[in-house]
Amino acid sequence: MSSNEGTLSLPRVRHSGAARLHPWRSPGLVLPLAFVLLLAAATAAPGLFTALAPDAVDTDAILLSPAPEHWFGTDELGRDLFCRVVYGTSLSLAIGVGAMVIACLGGICLGTAAALAPSPVRRVLVRLIDILLAFPELLLALLVIAVLGRGPTNTLLAVGLSHIAGYARLIRSQVLQVRLSGYVEHAVALGEHPWTIVVRHVVPNSIRPLLVVATIGVGTSVLAASSLSFLGLGVVPPEAEWGALLADGRNFLEIAPWLSLLPATVVAISVISITLLGRRVQLLLARGEVP
Amino acid sequence: MPASTRNLLRWGLRHLGVILAVLWGAATITFIAVKLIPGDPVSILTGGENVMDEAGRSVLAHQYGLDQPLLVQYGRYLGHALVGDFGQSYQFRRPVVAMILEAAVPTLQLASSAMLLALCLAVANAIATAGRRTWLRTVLSGLELALLSTPVYWIGIALLALFSFQLHWFPVTGNDGFAALVLPAIALSLPLAALLGQVLRDGLEEALAQPFALTVRTRGVGEVALRVRHGMRHAALAVSTLTGTLLASVLGGSILTETVFGRSGIGQITLQAIRTRDMPLVLGLVMMSALVFVIINLLVDAFYLVIDPRLRGSGA
Repeated sequence: MSSNEGTLSLPRVRHSGAARLHPWRSPGLVLPLAFVLLLAAATAAPGLFTALAPDAVDTDAILLSPAPEHWFGTDELGRDLFCRVVYGTSLSLAIGVGAMVIACLGGICLGTAAALAPSPVRRVLVRLIDILLAFPELLLALLVIAVLGRGPTNTLLAVGLSHIAGYARLIRSQVLQVRLSGYVEHAVALGEHPWTIVVRHVVPNSIRPLLVVATIGVGTSVLAASSLSFLGLGVVPPEAEWGALLADGRNFLEIAPWLSLLPATVVAISVISITLLGRRVQLLLARGEVP
Repeated sequence: MPASTRNLLRWGLRHLGVILAVLWGAATITFIAVKLIPGDPVSILTGGENVMDEAGRSVLAHQYGLDQPLLVQYGRYLGHALVGDFGQSYQFRRPVVAMILEAAVPTLQLASSAMLLALCLAVANAIATAGRRTWLRTVLSGLELALLSTPVYWIGIALLALFSFQLHWFPVTGNDGFAALVLPAIALSLPLAALLGQVLRDGLEEALAQPFALTVRTRGVGEVALRVRHGMRHAALAVSTLTGTLLASVLGGSILTETVFGRSGIGQITLQAIRTRDMPLVLGLVMMSALVFVIINLLVDAFYLVIDPRLRGSGA
């Protein structure tokens, strides 16, 4: 997984001393954090960013290029694109976060079971994880869409379900480690019920690495959901979701390239910010600078 | 029978078992998924609820085996799949395998040229920047991080807007000839190059820190020769962990890239199959991707025996 690559590299010589910025103030942390906060604000109060309504049609302002009065230009119905992107934030992020939660919960259940279940079941589950990992996530998501149909909820489910296997593998390896630890032995010796041990000791101690992976997972989910919408199989217009916006704009690529390029850029910057934030936290955790 | 042949045979059999298990699992999961789909397959076949009368529907259902009990359908499906027969597409009334093979040609062209380009970029990047702290490295690793999270379609649309619509250097859509392949291949290769570049650089840095690098250097071998001839072998081993991720990015990326550039190929028929709920085609496509994954993994395993002599000696 991409999140592990940082740990593969050699320890590098770092310039220590007063000249180095405090880790909390490095631009690699501050900029992504600022953008993520901006996204959160756009989710909570889109009215702060724009006075226009996302569905306000203006037939005198069709396919305008970006200008001070319309930052991102206008679409084929004269709707302000910046406004639609701002109002689309909540749906896009909700799908991203929701899909991550589904993937995490599914991963925790499947991963724990694949580590601790009695032998025949365990082997089947391990194989199942292998098989699921064998499929490109986009294809799995498409398969789920083929079964459930399109729409925001189904997009969320499709993205979430398609990412379970990756989390399950991570959790399984964690559970296998935690199982051997002293406190689990202690709990067994005290005669606690196996289920209690799993729920109270094994799972809580196995999900620590999820913090970073899940943060990055939100970015991955936003990306996957927008890809589905872009293919016309996720959220469908007129809903103002980012992927749907840029799929809509693709029809006007020749005369108005900004209609697809700008929503896509917002998706890209969001995903990059979320990923950078996750990696930065991972780095700080690894160096022990966060308690 | 000599020991090496026996080992090879055992290796082959074990891998064959794994392949069959994965394919069987994939076939079963997709079969269940398809049967969960709401709606009546005969309606999809005929293109509507009331297009055909009851008698016509039952004839059609019988023809496609849809009137049999589920278990019989499952057994028949597995039996046919085993000999490479995935039935007929509902929508196109053509054998699924023929359709997939036909669509695979342009996709393979795209995927292989993108892969080749990504490899060249990544290797050049790793050799130039591993173990050095220069501005080039800072720029390139920043770019890698950005490319890793950039949607493929953003790159595609940006390339299209700039080189096709503004500069008119390349055709906008279609897949005739080399010119139409350039932009899609670049769009697909950049994220792959970023991923490969990161891992190759880390692998190369690790290799250069090992004692053998010092030995080579003391013999007076130049830095570039050390990196190319000795370091890259080790770095290539690091890529082994990536096979799955890479393959997924290539296949998923191909679907997106083909949509952006309006190319025909696997992506196009996949989307069509899902939109029209053409289940035999969906099943065939899923099985194909599982098969490709299994085969590529097998090839990668064999490839490691070639590049790493240490793995050969143990006779595993």
